[in-house]
Amino acid sequence: MEWFLVTSAAVILFLQNYPLYIRSVPTENELKFHYMVHTSLDVVDEKISAMGKALVDQRELYLGLLYPTEDYKVYGYVTNSKVKFVMVVDSSNTALRDNEIRSMFRKLHNSYTDVMCNPFYNPGDRIQSRAFDGMVTSMMIQVC
Amino acid sequence: MEVWPGRRLRRGPDPAGDLRPPRGRPPTSSGPTSYLSLLEATSDLGDALPVVRLQLDSARGAGRPGRRARPEGAPLFAPSGRRLCSWPCAGRSFLAGTASSRRTVPSGPAEGLPALGCERGRSLRAVVVFGAGDQNLFTSIYPTLSQQLPREPMEWRRSYGRAPKMIHLESNFVQFKEELLPKEGNKALLTFPFLHIYWTECCDTEVYKATVKDDLTKWQNVLKAHSSVDWLIVVVENDAKKKNKTNILPRTSIVDKIRNDFCNKQSDRCVVLSDPLKDSSRTQESWNAFLTKLRTLLLMSFTKNLGKFEDDMRTLREKRTEPGWSFCDYFMVQEELAFVFEMLQQFEDALVQYDELDALFSQYVVNFGAGDGANWLTFFCQPVKSWNGLILRKPIDMEKRGLIQRQEATLLDLRSYLFSRQCTLLLFLQRPWEVAQRALELLHSCVQELKLLEVSVPPGALDCWVFLSCLEVLQRIEGCCDRAQIDSNIAHTVGLWSYATGKLKSLGYLCGLVSEQGPNSEDLNRTVDLLAGLGAERPETANTAQSPYKKLKEALSSVEAFEKHYLDLSHATIEMYTSIGRIRSAKFVGKDLAEFYMRKKSPQKAEIYLQGALKNYLAEGWALPITHTRKQLAECQKHLGQIENYLQTSSVLASDRHLTESEREHFCREVVGVARRQAGSPGHKIVLPMHSFAQLRDLHFTPSNAVVHVGGVLSVEITVCSQMPVPVHVEQIAINVHFSIEKNNYRKTAEWLTKHKTANGIVSFPAESSPFPTSQNSLPALELCEMFERSPSDNSLHTTGIICKNVHMLLRKQESGASLEAPSGAALEAGAHVLKCAAVTLEPGPNTITFRTQAKEPGTYTLRQLCASVGPVWFVLPHIYPLVQYDVYSQEPQLHVEPLADSLLAGIPQKVKFTVTTGHYAVKNGDSLQLSNVEAVLILCHEENRAVIYSNMREKAADAALRVQSSDKVTSISLPAAPAYHVIEFELEVLSLPSAPATGGEGTMLGVTEPRGKPKDTQKAGHCMATTDHQVSIDCPWSIYSTVISLTFSMPFRTTHSLLSSGTRKYVQVCVQNLSELDFQLSDSHLVDTGDSTGLRLIPLNTESEQRIHSKQAVFFVWELKWTQAPPPCLHCRFSVGFSPASEERLSVSLKPYTYEFQVDNFLTLYNVRAEISPPPGTELCKTGSLCSLEVSITRLSDLSEVDKDEALTECDECFSTKLMYEVVDNSSNWAVCGKSSGVISMPVAARATHRVHMEVMPLFAGYLPLPDVRLFKYLPHHSAHSSQLDADSWIENDSLSVDKHVDDQVDSGSVQSRGSVRSVASSDHKGLPMPRLRALPPGQAFNASAGTQVLVVPSQDDHVLEVSVT
Repeated sequence: MEWFLVTSAAVILFLQNYPLYIRSVPTENELKFHYMVHTSLDVVDEKISAMGKALVDQRELYLGLLYPTEDYKVYGYVTNSKVKFVMVVDSSNTALRDNEIRSMFRKLHNSYTDVMCNPFYNPGDRIQSRAFDGMVTSMMIQVC
Repeated sequence: MEVWPGRRLRRGPDPAGDLRPPRGRPPTSSGPTSYLSLLEATSDLGDALPVVRLQLDSARGAGRPGRRARPEGAPLFAPSGRRLCSWPCAGRSFLAGTASSRRTVPSGPAEGLPALGCERGRSLRAVVVFGAGDQNLFTSIYPTLSQQLPREPMEWRRSYGRAPKMIHLESNFVQFKEELLPKEGNKALLTFPFLHIYWTECCDTEVYKATVKDDLTKWQNVLKAHSSVDWLIVVVENDAKKKNKTNILPRTSIVDKIRNDFCNKQSDRCVVLSDPLKDSSRTQESWNAFLTKLRTLLLMSFTKNLGKFEDDMRTLREKRTEPGWSFCDYFMVQEELAFVFEMLQQFEDALVQYDELDALFSQYVVNFGAGDGANWLTFFCQPVKSWNGLILRKPIDMEKRGLIQRQEATLLDLRSYLFSRQCTLLLFLQRPWEVAQRALELLHSCVQELKLLEVSVPPGALDCWVFLSCLEVLQRIEGCCDRAQIDSNIAHTVGLWSYATGKLKSLGYLCGLVSEQGPNSEDLNRTVDLLAGLGAERPETANTAQSPYKKLKEALSSVEAFEKHYLDLSHATIEMYTSIGRIRSAKFVGKDLAEFYMRKKSPQKAEIYLQGALKNYLAEGWALPITHTRKQLAECQKHLGQIENYLQTSSVLASDRHLTESEREHFCREVVGVARRQAGSPGHKIVLPMHSFAQLRDLHFTPSNAVVHVGGVLSVEITVCSQMPVPVHVEQIAINVHFSIEKNNYRKTAEWLTKHKTANGIVSFPAESSPFPTSQNSLPALELCEMFERSPSDNSLHTTGIICKNVHMLLRKQESGASLEAPSGAALEAGAHVLKCAAVTLEPGPNTITFRTQAKEPGTYTLRQLCASVGPVWFVLPHIYPLVQYDVYSQEPQLHVEPLADSLLAGIPQKVKFTVTTGHYAVKNGDSLQLSNVEAVLILCHEENRAVIYSNMREKAADAALRVQSSDKVTSISLPAAPAYHVIEFELEVLSLPSAPATGGEGTMLGVTEPRGKPKDTQKAGHCMATTDHQVSIDCPWSIYSTVISLTFSMPFRTTHSLLSSGTRKYVQVCVQNLSELDFQLSDSHLVDTGDSTGLRLIPLNTESEQRIHSKQAVFFVWELKWTQAPPPCLHCRFSVGFSPASEERLSVSLKPYTYEFQVDNFLTLYNVRAEISPPPGTELCKTGSLCSLEVSITRLSDLSEVDKDEALTECDECFSTKLMYEVVDNSSNWAVCGKSSGVISMPVAARATHRVHMEVMPLFAGYLPLPDVRLFKYLPHHSAHSSQLDADSWIENDSLSVDKHVDDQVDSGSVQSRGSVRSVASSDHKGLPMPRLRALPPGQAFNASAGTQVLVVPSQDDHVLEVSVT
C-alpha cells in the first residue's frame, strides 16, 4: 500500500544539541529532515525545562509528539542524562500509535546505552557503531 | 395540554443576526424537528407557527440570577409587542408555553468568554415544556412561574456512571396542540415535550363535570395515543373566586375528584396552587411545593427521554457497517445531542459529541486509505472547488450545516463545520489555546486526508485554505482574549503563524510574486483561479478591515502587496518565536525570509538572517544545514560584493565534504579565480583563515631536536593537508617566526640544549574536523595523574585520588561558535623572521613542504603563523598550536678533562679523557694543546693515540691520529682539524708518581705529602685514600688564557708499622693496606735503615718476593732487627715495595715503587715483667673463690742508658734508681684483685735488678684463665715548672687531653697497645692539684714475659653450678 511507505528519520542528539547520529530513509530529503529535527529541538528544550519546573515524574522520558507538520510527525524522548532522541515519522503512517513510538524509543535507548558502554567510544563522538546502525535499520524497516 | 420542555437558549448580547437563520423556511412538523428548525421557528415571526410563542423580554431575564441584560439595541428575536398576540382565545384552557429563545451561543467574538466567565457554575437550564388548560390562568401565573422555576438547582443524576450535576431548570411553555406531539422514531430532542401540564382554576363541581373533566379526558387520551406519560395537573385555587360563589363544594373535592378520575395510583400528578398571585405565606408555601414537584417531574422526564435518545443514537451508530448508513444522517443525530448539552451548558459533553464525530470520520478516512472504503465517503471525495477557509465567527454555520444535512458537503466543508463547532464550545470552556492547537492538527490532518482520499485539489488551493484558516483561528482567538493573555500564550499560537507564513510563501512562489520579473501570464491565470475558489467574502467579515479574506486577496493582488504581507507575517512569526525562546524555529523562518530576499535581489537584507542561522547551526554542529546555509550565504555575499567574505565562505565550501565534487570544484575555482582577478591591485591582501583551505598535520625538524648552532642549517618539513578538491598552485607558503633571546636562562645554554632537548622532531597537530563544533573536538585530552598523600606522622596513606592537571583547559567557558566563522583577526604578522617556500602546488590531501633556513642569531624561534598566498589571497593559520620552537645557540670553545674512572690512582697509569668542544672555533691543522708539565705527573705518550670527532649532535664525524710530543716542560698535543660546533674527544694516560719520601721523617702516618694533598673524603677516617691534587695548566689555541685543570690522584695504599718484641729480640712489622678497588701485585719489598747505623741488620722474614694484594686487604711484612753494637735509640727506616696492577700483565712504563718512611724509638727492652699465679698452699690447682697468690717480678735487663735519663731517675750512692708504678688490671674480670693492685716501686737501674710484688687474687671463674695484665709506668715526680705552666682551670678543662698528649706521644711511636687503662690511671691522678705524673713505658722497653699464659682454675667443690667461661 502506498501509504504504508513510511519515511522516518531517527536522530540522536547530545546534550548540547550536537547531533550524534542521524539516519534518514530515504536520503534525498535529508536536508529537510535535518532542518525539521533541528527546529523541533526548540520544543524538546521547552518540554525539558517545563519538566524541570513541574518536577514531573522524571522517569517518563518520552516527550510525545513534538512538532506536527503537514507531512511528518516528530516525536521526542530524552534520557535522564539529557540525551535527546528525536524520531520523525511520515504523517500518513497511521499505523504507528503512541505506544509503538514509545517502544521504539525504548529500544533506541537500550541500544544507545550499549554504545555508551563501549570503552572505546568517546562520549560526544558521532556514533559509528555497527550494532546501533543495524538496530536503527531494522526499526526503520519495521516502520516502513 | 402538552408540556414542552421549555428551552431557554441563552442569549449573549451579540452583534446582529449571526444566529439568525435564513428566513422563510417554516419548520416542518413532519420529520424530525431539530434544534435548528426550532431556532428558525423562534427567530421567525410567530404567526408562521401553530404554536404561540411566549416571548420573554430579556429585560425580565435581567432580574434572574445568572442572566445578563441584553445591551440596548440588540435585537430580540421577535418584537416584544407580539408576545401574546396569537394566543388562541377560544375559551379553551389549553395553554402552551414556549420558552423564550435565549441563545446559548455567544457569537460576538468580543463577548463570549467574559460572559461565560461570570456565569459559570450556575449551570442553569434544562428543558421543560408544557401547556394545557386555562389559558388566562396560565398567562397570569406565567411570569412568576418562569421566574421561580430556575431559581433552585436540582441534582441531575445521570446514567452510565456519569457524575451528577446540579442544574437549574428553565422551561419553554408551549400551548398544547396535537400536531406538535412527536411521532414514533422522533429524533428531535430539542422540541420534545418533556412534560404536559393541565392548568385549571375550576372550583365548581358543576363546571368540572361539564367541561373540565371532558377536556381532561380528551387531553389524556391524546397523550396516551402518543404514549406520553409525563404529565401534571395543576389546580389553582383562588380565594376570591370562592367568595363569589357561595354554593361551592369544599375545594378539596375538586382535587380529589381529579385525582380519582385521572390519577389512579399517581396522586402526585395533581397539585394544588393556592392563591398564586397573592403575597402571603400560604401562597409561598404552595408555590414552593408546586415548583419542587414541577422540577422533579421535569427532570425525571428529561433524564428518561435523553437516555432513550442516546440509546437510539448508539443503535444508529452500530449500524454504520450497513450499506445504506450515512454519516451525514448520523452526524445530525449526534449533533442534536450536542445541542442539548450545549443548551444545558454542559459544554464538555457537547464537545465530546463533536469529538466522537471527528474521530469517527477520521477513522473512516484512514480505513478508506487502507482500502476499506465506505460508500458514503465518496461524497467527500468530490474535487475541491471552494477553499474559503474556516468560519469561526458564527456559532453555527448554517450554510455548511445545510450542506451536510443535504449530503452535499465536501471534506473541507465537513471539517470546517465540525471545527467551528468545536471551536465555539472550546471558547465557552475558555480554552482558546486548545483551539489553536487543535486548529493546527486539523489543518495538517485535512491536508493529509485530502491526499489519502486522492481528492483532486487545484495547486495552491489548499495553501489558500490553510492560510485563511490560520488567520481566522488567530483572529477568533484574539477576539476573545486580551493582549496580555495572548502575549503569554504565544507558544500556542505561534505554530499557526508560522504555518500561515509558510503557506503564504508557497503561494507567493506559486503565483510568481516572488520572482524578480513579477508574475507572468500563467502565474496570473493561476492567481485568478485561486481567487475564484475563495468565492465572495462572507458577510460577517465584510466590514472588517483585516479579515483573512481581504488579506489573502490583497496579498495575491500584487508583488508589492505580497511582499508587505509576507514580511509582516514573517517578522511577526520570528518575533514571536524569539520571544518564547524558540530560537531555532526563528532562525528557520529567518532563513526562508532570506531566501525571499535573495529572490527579490536584496542580498543585504538576506545576509543577516543567513548569518544568524549559520551561527546557530555551527554552534550545534549540524553538518547539512551548515553546508546548505553556507551555500546560500556564499551566493548572498557574492551579490553583495563582499569579496573577502565570499572567498572565505567559498573556501570553506570548497573543503566541505557534504557537497558534491563538482560543487566543491566550483567554489574552489571561485576562490582561485577571484584571486587571479584581484591580482591586478597590488598591495591589497585578502586574509582568510587557513583551516578551510588546508590543515597543518605535522611538522618535522631536522635536526630532530630542533636545536641548531649559529650558522647551522635547519629544515622544517610540514605536512599540510589540502582541503581543496583540485590542485591549487600557491605562490608562497611562509611561516612567520617570532624570535626571542632568553639570556641568563640555563635552559638555553648550548650544553643543556644539546643534551636535554630530546624530541623525535615530529610535532603533530590535532586534526581539526572542520564543520564540527570546536568545543567538542578540540578539547585537549584529559591529563590525569595519581595523587597519594601520606600522613606526616605515621606515613600511612590517608588520601588518594586522581588529579586532572588541565582542568583549566577543559572547564573553560566555551566560546560561542562565533569565532569559527569570523575572520578571527587573522591578521598577518609581519615579522623579520619568515621561513618561505615559493611556488608550491598543493594537491588534494597531504602535501609535504620543506623549509630550510640557516640559523643566524642565537635565541629561541617560535613558529607563529602559517600562511599560504594565492595571488592576493592569504590563507593564514593565525596560531600554530601546540607551540613549536627551535633554538639556535652559539658556543664558546671549551676543553674538559676528566678521568675515565671514578678517581685516579696514583702510581699507576690512568686514563683521562679530553673533550674539546670546538664551539664557534674551527680547529685547524697544527693547533695544539700545550700542557705545562708538573713534576709528579707524567703524560704517557702512546703512538696509537686517536681522537674522535663528533658533531654537536653526537654523531661521529671523523677519527684522526693524535700526536703527542713531550719536552721537559711542555707536552704538546696537536689536535686534528675539526669544524666549528664539533667535539674532539681523546684519551691520554697519565701517571702520578707516588709521592717522594718525606725527608723530615715526620710523615709517620702515610707516605703522603701532607702540605699538598688534602684528604678529601673524611667520612670513614682511616679507610679513605689519601689524595693529591695536581694542577695542570693547558694552553688552548683559541684563547690567550691558560686553562687550569686539577687532577686528583688517590694513593691506593695505607701503610702502618709496628715494633714487636720477644724478650730482647726486636721485629719491625709493616702493614700495607690496599684501599682501592684494584688488586695489585707487590714485589721487591725492602726495608732499609736510613740512619746507616753500623752493626744494625734488618733481616727479612718474608718468604715470598711477589705477593698479590687484593682489594681492601692488607699484607704484612716483618723484619728482625739485629745489632752487633749498641743500637741507636732511634731507628729511621724506609720501606719500599714495588707494585703494579695485578690485572695488567705488561706495563709500558716502569713504575716507581711505593715507599714508606718511619722511625722507631726506644726499641730496646729495659724491663721484663713476669707474673705468676700459684694456687693456695696445699692445693694443686686454683679454685674459684679461693685466694691465690700473684707474684709479679720486674727485672731490669740493661744498665743505665740514655733513655733512662729523665726526671724519675734518682741517684744515690752511685746507684741509680728510677721510680716505676705497676698496676694489675684484669680487664676481663676474671680475677678479683684483693688488696692493693698497684704500687710505686723504686727500681735500681742496673742489669738483673729484680723487684717482686705479691698480691692476692681470686679467680672468679673456672677454666683456663689468662693472667691479669701487669702494667708498668714511669712514675715522674711532681714537676713544679710543668705545673706552673698550667693553672688549675686548664687542668680541669683540658683534663684528659693534656695528659693524653704526653701519653700518646709515647704510644704512637710504635705501640699498638690499648691505651684505655693508661688513660684512666692517668686521668684519675690528675684530679686535684699538681700530682706526680705517670708515663707509660714505650712498648719496646717493657716486655711482658707472661703474656699469653693461662692458669687452670677448677671450680670449687661445693659449687652446684659449673660455669665455664671461654675466653
